[in-house]
Amino acid sequence: AQNRFSLPPLPYAKNALEKGGISSETVEYHYGKHHAGYVRKLNAADQAGKVRKNASLTDLILTEKENSAIFNLAAQIYNHTFYWESMAPASDGCTGKICQALQSQFGSCQEFMKQFKQRAGTHFGSGWVWLSLNQQLKLVITDGHDACNPLRDGLVPVLCIDVWEHAYYVDQRNDRAAYIDNFVSLINWERVEQRYNDAVSKLRSNL
Amino acid sequence: FNLAAQIWNHTFYWQSMSPDGGACDDALKVKAQLKSDFGSFDKFVEEFKTRAAKHFGSGWIWLSVNAEKKLVITDGHDAFNPIKDGLTPILTIDVWEHAYYVDQRNDRGAYIAVFMSLINWSKVEERYNAAV
Repeated sequence: AQNRFSLPPLPYAKNALEKGGISSETVEYHYGKHHAGYVRKLNAADQAGKVRKNASLTDLILTEKENSAIFNLAAQIYNHTFYWESMAPASDGCTGKICQALQSQFGSCQEFMKQFKQRAGTHFGSGWVWLSLNQQLKLVITDGHDACNPLRDGLVPVLCIDVWEHAYYVDQRNDRAAYIDNFVSLINWERVEQRYNDAVSKLRSNL
Repeated sequence: FNLAAQIWNHTFYWQSMSPDGGACDDALKVKAQLKSDFGSFDKFVEEFKTRAAKHFGSGWIWLSVNAEKKLVITDGHDAFNPIKDGLTPILTIDVWEHAYYVDQRNDRGAYIAVFMSLINWSKVEERYNAAV
């Protein structure tokens, strides 16, 4: 049977994030077992007739019952793809329109970073922290449990960090704060900028 | 709540295991009750392991005595604790990833199997007898 859902390729080599503190071993497990596992399970569910026909990943995220098995699988596939794309081996730091927007809405990029890191640091249990654009074109930080995905709240995400323990336990053990610092140093600001600009266009055309 | 429950839960977790653990003696009253409430001891083991494996995200699986003196398995998120539900817990397994990521990485199933082989059944029996 045809696999409806696929695991997107990693945007870089498995060891590409090592300089930033995310080892190839972490990537092997996180991408190769967790992310790949969600894809495998959603395809298995699909082949068992448990997934709505003609529904894309995003459709499933928007319409499946929250915390249901299918929602969790679909959202986790999406979330992890987004996560890998939120990082890059080499980054120039926050620039362009996204930087201006962060300055304008948070006071400074540093203040934004402080809040983002704090949300990521204090989230209790497994989950995700997102930076998204809302319908009023404002950048907002949201966080949520497990397979939480901001599309359901009408937000357009531009950046996320995974705070499930599997994201950092190999490299930093319990030191989530160290992991968050590493993640921040790896943020793919070009991609974030791109997503931001796309989101602004899309949302403006809705207004 | 999170802090208090997590202290309690973890203490309970360490006490749920023993280096000499694993075997549930037929003479134990809790074993008889498990057979009665789950159909067989093996069915209890299967259900407990399945609940532990399927729990999505961080959490805990508990075996408790309920108000009717029956044994029930419950599971919940994060710092979940069954005493809020009027249950008297006798056994728990931690399924937060930190419980197994060092030793088994993503293989929660392998960790659950290891946990089952370490269960401190005499402590479980003690708790069961106190509860009933």
